[in-house]
Amino acid sequence: MPNMSLKKNEMPSQAPDVRNKNFKEVALGYSEEQAIDEAQRCLHCKNKPCVGGCPVNIFIPDFIAEVAKGNFEEAYQIIVKSSSLPAVCGRVCPQETQCESKCVRGVKGEPVAIGRLERFVADWHNAHVKEAPKKPAPNGHRVAVVGSGPSGLTCAGDLAKLGYDVTVFEALHTAGGVLVYGIPEFRLPKAIVQKEIDSLKALGVKVETNMVIGRVLSVDELLEDGFEAVFIGSGAGRPRFMNIPGENLKGVYSANEFLTRVNLMKSYKEDSSTPIQHAKKVAVVGGGNVAMDAARCAKRLGAEDVYIVYRRSEKELPARAEEVEHAKEEGITFKLLNNPTRILGSEDGFVSGMECVEMELGEPDASGRRRPVEKAGSEFVLDVDCVIMAIGTSPNPLIKSTTKGLDTQKWGGIVVEEETGLTSREGVYAGGDAVTGAATVILAMGAGKTAAKAIDEYIRNKK
Amino acid sequence: MYKIVKKQPLNPTVTLMEIDAPLIAKKAEPGQFIILRVDEDGGRIPLTVADYGREKGTVTIIFQIVGATTEKLNHLEEGDSLHDFVGPLGVPSHVEGLKKVAVIGGGVGCAIAYPIAKKLHQLGAEVHSIVGFRNKDLVILEEQFREVSDKLCMMTDDGSYGEKGLVTNALQSLIDAGEQYDEVIAIGPPIMMKFVVQLTKKYNIKTVVSMNPIMIDGTGMCGGCRLTVGGKTKFACVDGPDFDGFEVDFDEAIARSSMYKPFERHAHEETCHLFEKEVR
Repeated sequence: MPNMSLKKNEMPSQAPDVRNKNFKEVALGYSEEQAIDEAQRCLHCKNKPCVGGCPVNIFIPDFIAEVAKGNFEEAYQIIVKSSSLPAVCGRVCPQETQCESKCVRGVKGEPVAIGRLERFVADWHNAHVKEAPKKPAPNGHRVAVVGSGPSGLTCAGDLAKLGYDVTVFEALHTAGGVLVYGIPEFRLPKAIVQKEIDSLKALGVKVETNMVIGRVLSVDELLEDGFEAVFIGSGAGRPRFMNIPGENLKGVYSANEFLTRVNLMKSYKEDSSTPIQHAKKVAVVGGGNVAMDAARCAKRLGAEDVYIVYRRSEKELPARAEEVEHAKEEGITFKLLNNPTRILGSEDGFVSGMECVEMELGEPDASGRRRPVEKAGSEFVLDVDCVIMAIGTSPNPLIKSTTKGLDTQKWGGIVVEEETGLTSREGVYAGGDAVTGAATVILAMGAGKTAAKAIDEYIRNKK
Repeated sequence: MYKIVKKQPLNPTVTLMEIDAPLIAKKAEPGQFIILRVDEDGGRIPLTVADYGREKGTVTIIFQIVGATTEKLNHLEEGDSLHDFVGPLGVPSHVEGLKKVAVIGGGVGCAIAYPIAKKLHQLGAEVHSIVGFRNKDLVILEEQFREVSDKLCMMTDDGSYGEKGLVTNALQSLIDAGEQYDEVIAIGPPIMMKFVVQLTKKYNIKTVVSMNPIMIDGTGMCGGCRLTVGGKTKFACVDGPDFDGFEVDFDEAIARSSMYKPFERHAHEETCHLFEKEVR
């Protein structure tokens, strides 16, 4: 008999007033009993709508069936057929708009907690299974992957499983891309990312760090060097600013800089060699997941007041509902329908406040969201000593400017054929934020997967 | 890992190192920089490429001991290795087509100015180098500059070597003597570059400066190195490090560079303290 409870089994978590003072993971994960119990909520309906809601089409009911039986390793083997990074996706995927949004159980009550089960299965495997995956027989073909974020790692993993000799080039000193520099430890522990990368290395994937493609080697040189195809997954790394007065004062960060200092350079640790401002009152401008991450990091660094300043209303917040909820529980204040107009500085050049103006929602704009309009005369000053701009990023222009014949959109995204990820250059594929602009981990993984399939076909047909 | 194949102290606080990094050595051009980490938990610091041996596969860096990372770096010896060494980053200096150039280096900035002077010399340009130091003990690269310069003005603040005065005094004299330059290239502390620009603006001589702000990744990702150039925000790591000196907001750049001064001072003291303990 299926478990007919209308609610998901709750995720055990650190209490809000405890976790907002440490960088340890917020969610603690299901126990075996909780996982089996939750898995029994799946009705195994015939048309499996959840699978279609997953960008990498994990065989969701199949793995859940194994969890229900207590066969956790079998469940893991089903997931990894489709996903190279299950422990990551189980944590950071927006399941509520993907697989879980299609779940039949969600019609009346809550959907099956697919994300939490995926996370449980991946963690169980990592804790219990020590043997490395079998290295596939090499097929003698070399592929280069530029960038070791979610799209690059997925593409590399899928090709390695087919026997390709894959080298991943990473510009930073650590592989993982946004998974290590962007998403904080308390949401995605770095040890988990490292484990996923180690599994790829066990499959034969080579990872070369400190390699800025476009500078030390160009895409053309990679092709001349004997790589038969190149996948570009270089992300959307360049932060945007608002272009308001005071943005270059000391104490104004891009979210990328703030998060990179905290996550990649570990400046939250006392003995870190990389400094960060331990501000008392922080304003984070923006309403996406990155804004939530930055705000929650600032709180953990000891800020007394942390504000999310967002120009639209709560309904339009682009962040996942769960992230907004977590942020609120941890004591982040939401200043909605407010927009910064300038940042004020003290005599010594540090931030001393941020002037905002109240907004109201007008007619819907091109994005379908109601356009925020300033309320005349409503300016006020928010008392802060640090401002973090989390208003988006755009693709780094380096690869475009050093690769002849690579077409991009006006805003910098690489133009690709949607079904294959093929760019305007033969043998050169791209995916992830470098193509779409800032999006989610799982969409980037989907693009990496699509490209891997296309690259395999391209190389096989070339023979 | 990237091996140190040569280490040479240039003065009590400035050291030269040649690092084994063949791929970077193949591509590096004057004006570009690298980012290094000494050890696994180390900070990332940008240093300009002072020279490169395409065949030897080495990249030369010259650094002043100013903080924890450079202190640690200076404690490494030939044969030791750096944990990370990435580059070449930034846009190379534009030197093509210049006929007569004044190259100005201030202090350790001479390490950046030298490869540019050398490249100009190789391209057949007339190079007048003006180098400035606080005193005689701090002079670096004098011979190297002499070899690639048609004229060399050595300046010290206290007159203990060369002429007493600032680099701007030397430039003023050359201009007064009727020298006409296509371009002035000035590299040194921001305050020096600011004053060079004040002078060259009067005579409308195009002036290029090389900015070295605080940065982390060096690939355009963090924006920590942003500065205002011609009223627009630019990233020194990918849009520079060379900029039109007339357009740079030096006061803002100087303010921004002091963001972490207390932390850096403290970290440096701690590191020195650690090394002292080791010696005992």
